Amino acid sequence: MKVLHDTVVLLGRSMRHILRSPDTIITVLITPIMIMLLFVYVLGGAIQTGDRNYVNYLLPGILLIAIASGIAYTALRLFNDVQQGLFSRFHSMPVSRSSVLWAHVLTSLVSNAISVVVIILIALIMGFRSSASVVEWLEVAGILVLFTLALTWLAVIAGLKAKSVEGASAFSYPLIFLPFISSAFVPTAKMPTVVRVFAENQPVTAIVNTVRSLLNSQPVGNQIWVALAWCVGITVVAFFFSMLAYRRIP
Amino acid sequence: MAPNAIQVNGVRKSFKATQVLKGIDFEVRRGEIFALLGSNGAGKTTTINILSTLLKPDGGNASVCGYDVTRQPEKVRESISLTGQFAAVDGILTGRENLMLIANLRGVPNARKTADTLLSRFGLRDAANRRAASYSGGMTRRLDIAMSLVGTPSVIFLDEPTTGLDPEGRLEVWKTVKALADGGTTILLTTQYLDEAEQLADRIAILHGGKIIASGTLDELKKLFPPAKVEYIEKQPSLEDIFLAIVGQKEAK
Ligand SMILES: Nc1ncnc2c1ncn2[C@@H]1O[C@H](COP(=O)(O)OP(=O)(O)O)[C@@H](O)[C@H]1O
Ligand SMILES: [Mg+2]
Repeated sequence: MKVLHDTVVLLGRSMRHILRSPDTIITVLITPIMIMLLFVYVLGGAIQTGDRNYVNYLLPGILLIAIASGIAYTALRLFNDVQQGLFSRFHSMPVSRSSVLWAHVLTSLVSNAISVVVIILIALIMGFRSSASVVEWLEVAGILVLFTLALTWLAVIAGLKAKSVEGASAFSYPLIFLPFISSAFVPTAKMPTVVRVFAENQPVTAIVNTVRSLLNSQPVGNQIWVALAWCVGITVVAFFFSMLAYRRIP
Repeated sequence: MAPNAIQVNGVRKSFKATQVLKGIDFEVRRGEIFALLGSNGAGKTTTINILSTLLKPDGGNASVCGYDVTRQPEKVRESISLTGQFAAVDGILTGRENLMLIANLRGVPNARKTADTLLSRFGLRDAANRRAASYSGGMTRRLDIAMSLVGTPSVIFLDEPTTGLDPEGRLEVWKTVKALADGGTTILLTTQYLDEAEQLADRIAILHGGKIIASGTLDELKKLFPPAKVEYIEKQPSLEDIFLAIVGQKEAK
């Protein structure tokens, strides 16, 4: 009860941070939107995906890029709270320690959900259409939440262990780059063997394929299980190391 | 009720190879201002962090308001409040929001009223709706201390409350500390400034080389001062003289 109350109070606090610095939301959104515009209107014509609507093909990967850049701010907010002594202040108060951390995790989920919705709206304007049922949309939402959660716990490690502001956010760059070596922009079939092996066996491809199939009301096959395994696996490992790192924060 | 607000017995703490606290003992009585005096790196913050349950001691016992800091940390946290060495305020929130945040976390019934009372008391009413990031150093420290008073904890830790403040800000903090003690709050403050300890504290402990090398009232400490110093003008030794004399003796050994 007290845990829940404290988490809600602290969630309110960091959501206020986001609302007061809308530039962070814009910064998070600008790159994926630019990439989406670039690929759809400049490069898209030359890309053969077998999908008549390239926005439909592209959207899942763009959403993952947005989430990967969003969690850099999760790490940054944690880093700042530790540096400014706010964590110590809360920890010396009758506030449960897990609330302090979970408030940041929930903030990450909420703010990334906002980014995802905004990007889907822009994609709709650009011609994105989906035949997905409500259940399929819920499955998409579920997978994106799990993906966000997995990356958020990575961000927690980065935020707690970083020695500088740059360090706190730099870990997200490779994550933002991962979709480019996946099935997010072009089918993996025509990639050179080495690249293709990597692309087909990294988490983004399975997640992108699953989300794409769901949005097109197509069967997801075993890709959904691969996607879930990646998300849950990363979450469990990152959660474990986050807890280790958190224990060292006074 | 425990006789002392704070009781520290043989507390030890090391960070990797460096032994910071080599078994320290002191007690703080209810309602008094107690100053832990020591130079930079002496282990003042480490001591405060152990007493406020942020760090676990390697050995020894410490209790606050009768509760053991390692075995009953929740009870300790309900009785104390910590104003750390560096002001811990949320710069993006306004002064009032900072206070209301703490009030909500402490479950104080009327958060808004509590915040407004403290804002007036600390001369921050006009700045109440401004973001704390825009406050001056003195204002930030005042807000920081005000946040520590939410929920009227019975023991307050102030870690170098005046370091980095201009003389005016320093006097303001002194006034606040005295007023708090007059209201019955127990205060443990750390300082590097001898005159600060002299001005504020009922009793003083000097932390040096990982040990409490002297403690007592100012008068008691003055008695430790080596006598037989022939001077033409009769002069009371200042705390600085005592400190330097004791530290010098220890190091000579
Ligand atoms: N987390 C830590 N890890 C390693 N060494 C530390 C840590 N915290 C403090 N120290 C060391 O312990 C000593 C005492 O530090 P501190 O308690 O902050 O002193 P003070 O507050 O009196 O200036 C210093 O030498 C400092 O470098
Ligand atoms: Mg210190």
